Amino acid sequence: MKTADLINSLAADPAPPQVHLGRRVLLALALGGAVSAFLFMAFIGPRNDIMTAMGTMRFDLKFVDTLAFLAPSTLLCVRLLRPDAQPGVLAALFLAPFALLGGAVLAEFALVPPDLWETRMIGSNAMHCLALIPLLSIPPLCALIAAMRAGAPQHPALSGALAGAAAAGIAATIYGTTCPDDSPLFVASWYPLATLIVAAAGALAGRRFLQW
Amino acid sequence: MEPVGGPGDDEWASAMRAAIAGDEGAYRRLLQDIGRVVRAMARGAFSRARVGDADIEDVVQETLLAIHLKRHTWDGGLKLAPWVHAIARHKIIDALRRRGVRRAEPIEDFEAVLAAPEAEDPHIRSDIERVMVKLAPRQRDIVTAISLEGQSIAATAQRLAMSEVAVRVALHRALKSLAAAWRSATQ
Repeated sequence: MKTADLINSLAADPAPPQVHLGRRVLLALALGGAVSAFLFMAFIGPRNDIMTAMGTMRFDLKFVDTLAFLAPSTLLCVRLLRPDAQPGVLAALFLAPFALLGGAVLAEFALVPPDLWETRMIGSNAMHCLALIPLLSIPPLCALIAAMRAGAPQHPALSGALAGAAAAGIAATIYGTTCPDDSPLFVASWYPLATLIVAAAGALAGRRFLQW
Repeated sequence: MEPVGGPGDDEWASAMRAAIAGDEGAYRRLLQDIGRVVRAMARGAFSRARVGDADIEDVVQETLLAIHLKRHTWDGGLKLAPWVHAIARHKIIDALRRRGVRRAEPIEDFEAVLAAPEAEDPHIRSDIERVMVKLAPRQRDIVTAISLEGQSIAATAQRLAMSEVAVRVALHRALKSLAAAWRSATQ
C-alpha cells in the first residue's frame, strides 16, 4: 500500500476525545490503591496498638519513607509515558527515600546495642512483608498498566517497572499500618526487597502490555 | 500548508490542533508533511546502518499509524515536532533491530531532515497488505475501500449497507488491530 493510500484511512478516522495521561495515571493509582485498602481493611486490618504506635518516631518514619518513594515513582511513571520525555531531575528525587532510610539505619545503629541489631533486622514476620506488599500491589499495578496503555513510553519495561514501584509504594504504605516491626533495620532489609519483586513483575507486564 | 522548513514546530502543532478539532484537510497535509520528514530520517538511519532501504515505506507507515493512534494523548500545549521525532526514532530503531542491527547509530538531528524532506516514490508500496489478512473481512473491506479506492465513509457505508457510525467504528478498530498485527508480525 502506498503511504498516500494509508493517509486516506487515517484522515477518515476522527480523533477520539483527548486523554490527559497524568490525570489518568493518578486516577488509576487512586482506584487501585482504594481497592487494596478496602481488601486490607476487610481481611487484615491495622495492628491493634496503632494509636500508640502513631506516637512513635520509628512507626511514623515508615510512612515518610514509603510516601517519599511513592512520589518520585508516580511522577516518573507519568513523565516517561511521553515518547520524547527525559527522566531529568525527577530521577534524582529517588535518592530521597534511600537517603532517608540510610540515615535512619545509621541512627538505629547508634541507638540500639549491637546484639539487638540482628533481632531488629529479622523482625517478627519478614515473610508476611514479602507476601503482603506484592499482594496489595496487584490492584494498583493492574490499574496502572491498563491506564498506561494509552501512552507511548520509549522503554516499556522501564515504565512497567516504575508502575510496579508506584504500586509497591501504595502497598507498603497500607501494609506499614499492620507490620509490627518499626525498626529502620527491618524496613531497610525487607521493604525494598518486596518492592523489587513488584517492580520486576511490572517490568514484565510493561514489556508485554506497553509496547506500541 | 507550506512544506516544512526551518523550525516549523508551531506550524505542525497548530495543524495538529486543527486536525484534532476535525479538520480533515489539515490532518491529511500534516500527515503528508510528517511522512516526508520521517522518510528522510529513515533513509539516513538505514544507510548509516548499511541496511538496504527496501522497507523504508513500512517504517514511514508504521510511524504515521502510531502518531495517529496516539494523537489524543499529545499535549496540545507543547510543540509537536519533538513528539513526532521521538515516535519516528522509536519505530526506526525497532525496524533496524528487526534487521539485526544491534546498536543503531544516533538518528540525525531533526533540523537536518526538516530541511530536506523526501517525497514518496509512487512505485514503492509497503508490506502492510501482508498483515491486513489478519483483519476481520469486514474491516479489511473498509480499509481497502477507503485507502486504496479513496472512497468516503458515506459511500462505503452505503455500499456495505452499514451506518456511517458503524463504518467509523470498524475503521478505527481496524487501524488499531493493524498497528498491533504489524508489531507482532515483525517482532
